[in-house]
Amino acid sequence: MAFYQRKFIYKNLKRKITTIILCVAIFPLIFLGETIYYRFAKTYEEKIEDQIKYRTRSLSDAVEVFLRERTAILATIVDTRSFDDLKQQENLARMFKVISRRTDGLIDLGVIDSAGQHLAYSGPYNLKGLKYFQQAWFNEVMTKGKYISNVYMGYRQLPHFVIAVRGYSNGRGWILRATVDSDIFNQLVRTAQTGMSGDAYIINKNGIYQTAPRFSGKILGKSNIPLTLFGQGTTVAEKIKANGKAKHVAGTWLKNNEWLLVITQDVGDEKGGLLTTRNTEIIIIVFGCLAIIMTTFFAMRMIFNHLEEVDKGISELNDQLIQSDKMAALGKMATGIAHEINNPLAIIGEKAGWMRDLLDEEKFQESENFKEYEQSVDKIEEHVERARKITHNMLGFARRMEHRLDDVDINNVLNQTLELLQSHAQTSNIKISKDFQSELPIIASDQSQLQQVFLNLINNAIDAVEKDGLIEVKTRKKDSQIVVAIKDNGPGIDEEHLKKVFDPFFTTKETGKGTGLGLSVSYNIIKKLGGIIKAESKLSEGAVFSIKLPIKIPDKK
Amino acid sequence: MDMFRILVVDDEVDFLETIVNRLKKRKLFATGVTSGEEALTLLKEQLFDVIILDIKMPGGMDGIEALREIKKIQPLVEVILLTGHASVETSIEGMKLGAFDYCLKPIKFEDLLQKMAAAFGKKSTHDKKIRDAKIQELIRYPSKVFDQD
Repeated sequence: MAFYQRKFIYKNLKRKITTIILCVAIFPLIFLGETIYYRFAKTYEEKIEDQIKYRTRSLSDAVEVFLRERTAILATIVDTRSFDDLKQQENLARMFKVISRRTDGLIDLGVIDSAGQHLAYSGPYNLKGLKYFQQAWFNEVMTKGKYISNVYMGYRQLPHFVIAVRGYSNGRGWILRATVDSDIFNQLVRTAQTGMSGDAYIINKNGIYQTAPRFSGKILGKSNIPLTLFGQGTTVAEKIKANGKAKHVAGTWLKNNEWLLVITQDVGDEKGGLLTTRNTEIIIIVFGCLAIIMTTFFAMRMIFNHLEEVDKGISELNDQLIQSDKMAALGKMATGIAHEINNPLAIIGEKAGWMRDLLDEEKFQESENFKEYEQSVDKIEEHVERARKITHNMLGFARRMEHRLDDVDINNVLNQTLELLQSHAQTSNIKISKDFQSELPIIASDQSQLQQVFLNLINNAIDAVEKDGLIEVKTRKKDSQIVVAIKDNGPGIDEEHLKKVFDPFFTTKETGKGTGLGLSVSYNIIKKLGGIIKAESKLSEGAVFSIKLPIKIPDKK
Repeated sequence: MDMFRILVVDDEVDFLETIVNRLKKRKLFATGVTSGEEALTLLKEQLFDVIILDIKMPGGMDGIEALREIKKIQPLVEVILLTGHASVETSIEGMKLGAFDYCLKPIKFEDLLQKMAAAFGKKSTHDKKIRDAKIQELIRYPSKVFDQD
């Protein structure tokens, strides 16, 4: 499959995997967030309801205690003091003084006889002598024994309410009556007016405000709270306000179901914490989703880039292997051809030699065309020699057989190699300069393998220079080593590539041009021969490949 | 110096004839045969100093095989292997079997002559040593020598 086709497949695959990962990761996250929020909100609302219910119950208890305490004080006085005693103005005043010292909230105290006549009064108003016989509360006290009135204006034209207790004297009823300070009572109720929108007030069973509400309405005004919302005990209802905002309304009946204590609070005001939690959760989910998306995209890109890289590498490796196979086949074919050519070449050479032998005979020398014959034979021999060099160089290893296996003259090997590459270099106008140290010691080594290494290095140098350049080949004896340096003035090798030049299959040449094996093979050969091969280069300054070979004197010379 | 006797074994008739002619032209005693079998037959009848032996000879025994047999018949003869199909294996095998040298075709005739001369030199030295040893033995133990005869 071609590389670009795989790239297309990878692109599709990448898209599919990304989509699946995102779906699998993001949807559960959102679902989880929503579920947690829903559960949390429900619990939070229950808490709010409990809280408002608790506040209402506490306040109703406080109001009840307030009223009961004051009723109990009056009842105790009635039960322990006589009518005759209390109807004396100074006695009543003393009693009121004592009461005022022990408790607050009462404005005045009065004694009313069975005919409704205000016999004694202690307080800021002058109510003595007023007659209450006609008033509804008077009859109710006389009938029921004790009475707490609704708030009303009365003679004093100020909102107030009274607590009255009936006593008996000589078989006739009388009443001890006290007025409750509306301010103190209001203050008590206002303690439940919390937050920005919290309100607390008392209305009677006709919906008339008994205490002043915080926002709309005033004392003794008509409330629009539907009383039917509230049953026995403490009831909490959610009521929609006119401006579209919802509010919680909690109510509980007081004073034998005559008064209703109402506490209200805006839902938004109470749900502030919940909204903050919701916003935090949304931010966390959004950031979580962003993190998942980014991680997925980055991870996918990394994985697929790596995959494409590997794929490209494999593809190149395949190409290189194919190329290596081709080269090997070509090499085999070339060797075969060289072998086959050697035999006819030997015959031509010998025939020419035979002709020269015959030409040496006296009678031929007298021939008119002797010179022509001789020149022709020279040419034949010259070109046989040329062809011989080519086939023998092609065979490389075979050449070794002509010499002793362990007898290597490095300068000679380099000369042979350069002879092979000379025409290749000349066509690209590359000059090869030789700087050989004369009388290098003959060393014990592997000539054909060394020739292969030199061939690789010089060939690479030619490829690097491309054209119009210079390659310097230098040999030196240094201590117990022979140093061969091949220097070119090509573009050089960058640091990153320099580290890899001896790696197998590493090549900077175009695909199909280099197998990436030449330097790797050279490295292994030199290592096997006990030497060192090193590459040095700076960009745009060319490269130097140097080989150090140990001087080993051959056993037999 | 003794007569220099050379045997050339090569299946390429053109090459064989030319080489033999050129050697003869130089007043050398040269004989040519085209197969290993023929060479062996000839070697049983006649002594040679140097043999130029081709390795690849299709149809019959190859040069390496022939070399092995030659050394059995005439152990002192020097053999120069000359082939167009060089290989590391045959060269090592050849040298192990006692070949004097291993050359790749085409070879300059002068180089070949030099190699033959070197081979002949080696054989002559060898022959001389044997002859000297025989003379010494004859001097020391004349009866033994006579007994052998």
